[in-house]
Amino acid sequence: MTGCFSTLRPHMEDAVRLPIIIAGTVLAGAAQADTPTLTVYTYDSFVSDWGPGPQITEAFEAECDCRLDLRGVGDGAALLAQLRLEGERTDADLVLGLDTNLMARARETGLLTGHGLEPPDFDMPIAWDDSVFLPYDWGYFAFVHDRETMPEPPESFRELIASELDIVIQDPRSSTPGLGLLMWVEAAHGEDAPEIWAGLADRVITVTSGWSEAYGLFTDGEADMVLSYTTSPAYHMIAEDDDSVAAAPFAEGHYMQIEVAAMLAGTDQPELARDFLDFMLSDTFQSVIPTTNWMYPARRPADGLPEAFDRLIEPERALHFDPQEADARRDPALDAWLEALSR
Amino acid sequence: MARSAQPLGLWAGAAAAALLVCVVFGSLAAVAWRAEGAARFGPADWAALRFTLTQASLSALFSVALAVPVARALARRRFTGRGVLITLLGAPFILPTIVAVLGLLAVFGRSGILSAALGWAGLEPVRIYGLHGVVLAHVFFNLPLATRLLLQGWLAVPAERFRLAAAFGFGPRDVFRHIEWPMLREVVPGAVLVVFLICLTSFAVALTLGGGPRATTVELAIYQAFRFDFDLARAALLALVQFGLCALAALVVYRVAAPAAMGGGLDRPVERHDLQGRGLALLDGGLIGLAALFLLTPLAMIVMNGVPGLAGLPGTVWLAAGRSLLVALAATGLVIAMALGLALAVVGFERAGRRGAGAALEVLGMVALAASPLVIGTGLFILIFPIADPSALALAVTALVNAVMALPFALRALLPALRGVEADHGRLADSLGIGGRARLRLVLLPRLRHPLGFSAGLAAALSMGDLGVIVLFAGGDAATLPLQLYRLMGAYRMGDAAGAALLLLALSLALFWAFDRGGRRDARG
Repeated sequence: MTGCFSTLRPHMEDAVRLPIIIAGTVLAGAAQADTPTLTVYTYDSFVSDWGPGPQITEAFEAECDCRLDLRGVGDGAALLAQLRLEGERTDADLVLGLDTNLMARARETGLLTGHGLEPPDFDMPIAWDDSVFLPYDWGYFAFVHDRETMPEPPESFRELIASELDIVIQDPRSSTPGLGLLMWVEAAHGEDAPEIWAGLADRVITVTSGWSEAYGLFTDGEADMVLSYTTSPAYHMIAEDDDSVAAAPFAEGHYMQIEVAAMLAGTDQPELARDFLDFMLSDTFQSVIPTTNWMYPARRPADGLPEAFDRLIEPERALHFDPQEADARRDPALDAWLEALSR
Repeated sequence: MARSAQPLGLWAGAAAAALLVCVVFGSLAAVAWRAEGAARFGPADWAALRFTLTQASLSALFSVALAVPVARALARRRFTGRGVLITLLGAPFILPTIVAVLGLLAVFGRSGILSAALGWAGLEPVRIYGLHGVVLAHVFFNLPLATRLLLQGWLAVPAERFRLAAAFGFGPRDVFRHIEWPMLREVVPGAVLVVFLICLTSFAVALTLGGGPRATTVELAIYQAFRFDFDLARAALLALVQFGLCALAALVVYRVAAPAAMGGGLDRPVERHDLQGRGLALLDGGLIGLAALFLLTPLAMIVMNGVPGLAGLPGTVWLAAGRSLLVALAATGLVIAMALGLALAVVGFERAGRRGAGAALEVLGMVALAASPLVIGTGLFILIFPIADPSALALAVTALVNAVMALPFALRALLPALRGVEADHGRLADSLGIGGRARLRLVLLPRLRHPLGFSAGLAAALSMGDLGVIVLFAGGDAATLPLQLYRLMGAYRMGDAAGAALLLLALSLALFWAFDRGGRRDARG
């Protein structure tokens, strides 16, 4: 709190006084009861009215005798940036929504602590054993297309390159699925990845900053395929009764995204945080995931998955880097991506 | 002599300037302070800088070059629905980028109506992605603003000048040479600067329509520094580069722009006697029609796509719309207070013969245009976090940042008008001893209704459509309409999102319309 900050502060307080007064009236409405509050930082789409947030909050508050404060910040990468920005003074007790590509960096911050729980058996294609992070859902990246206009989609990256199709992808610098595609090509083609990207460059009609923009372009007919998830068609089947949207199975296998949660070392509610992680792996939480987050739950609920999930493609090979390797490959892979697509 | 207008202007100006410095530079300083280690400016950054400059320059030149004939046609023609058309033409500027981009692509995209028409004629579809796409999108966004800024210039020409021109029997060519050209030399550089600065911080539009990472702008590099690398030093350095570009551009413009030399007038409505020719009317009609076609077709697509989803929008979206309205109104009040204060101070300095101080303050008022929203948001977060709960302040900070971001436009609209009023009526007011508050109430405000209404409308509409800093402040349950729109898209609900986009478009336009009309209630034309 010294140096140039102290010279800033007097001005600063003038600047925030008005907002504080406004906020004061807002806050006055909030109950200040003695019930403990568990603050969970997550990505924005988790807390939205259409995400898992509302149901999760209701269910957890019904059994915890506490208040669950879910706060949404951008996407997974923004979430990590937020934690690093706030540092040890963060209000967060838990963070939920990082993925395996971000885990190594999140661990390095030293802000997280071990969950201390006995990990249960997960229903995931890979084994999970980590003392800090617990997964709550997962999915495979895939190129999604319209079955009716494209009955025979490409079956590999090379077939995609050889096709005349227009695809839209996300920028790995600003989007987690974009980074996921980077890892997919790395995992599937290793040393040939730059060559694959050089080939794909002609297929990529454009690159968007986030998933929503890309999916919107695809929905509007601007591209033949969009990078999304194998579970995306489930949304259209369940919510729109439309089974024309399909994911194309690739022979190389599909890269996995595993979304995880972890406890903050500085939490003042360690018991409650552990309760939440326990709850996160329960049937109640896990059965909310498929039709709100449109991903596979980390543990299959006793009632199984919605019927539409049985009609999704099941990749023959699950591709995955452990967090260290994903982190080590990230920067060189980005350089290769930039070089290929900047031409 | 100038003393009379000063105390009021200086105090308000100082307060506005302090707030501005705090938000724009305080946030940058906070990011730099929080950074560890030094930043380097690599080859990729140079490439981003080059692309940013290229696209922003081209976008600014095209936007303003096209705006000149359109504004001229609108300035010299009166027809039913002219006011509505002018308001509607402003719509692209206030739309959230994602909505505008999807609307634009519905016309110019691969499966857009233009490609469909070309296909019908047996031609290849258009390929929009590339530098030309970026420039097209930026012209779509900024042509309306440039047109409005130039239109203000035309409206500021005293009616007596046109009467005199008529008395001399001037044709359109003479009017252009003796009246319009000097006015344009005064107004165009400022308009070019504004559009250039807006395009400077473009990121999602540039990336999406640029077709990939070759369209990386400095703002995207800042985004990457935050999100991908968490390299705050680099983010701060890049933000500083953006300010440098802003200062440089401002300097160039002040060199080029001619000082105001229009002279006094008697506030009477303009009547043009030099425009009797039928060919000229056809030309003007054609120009207005083309601009309307270019700007309104994408809007029509947004409306068409949005109508089916509008009725079924969930209650939370309407609630968010109400919240956004409040934020917009708060931001508008703040913008008007700040812009008026700054403008009074600038003109006060100029009248006191301190042109340097006036110019510095004016540049300060423009600098927010070059500020990276991400840096402002993150910086404010760093500043607020130790003393208050940022998530509780999410809406208040959103309004504040929206106000700061809209200030340059308000100042741009107010300053020339205020200068004009002071030049025309200042001496008389001085001789009558009207100063301070009375001068503001009796002399200045009544004559600033136009630009004030325009500024308020623009600020309200911009604030309404801005996703802004709210995403950084984790204001989970206090979502604004743009945030709800993004959330709908993020939840695959593209139909509902299109409905929300239409709602946003309608509300923004209604706000703009209400303020802008309010500002010209008793003005003819």
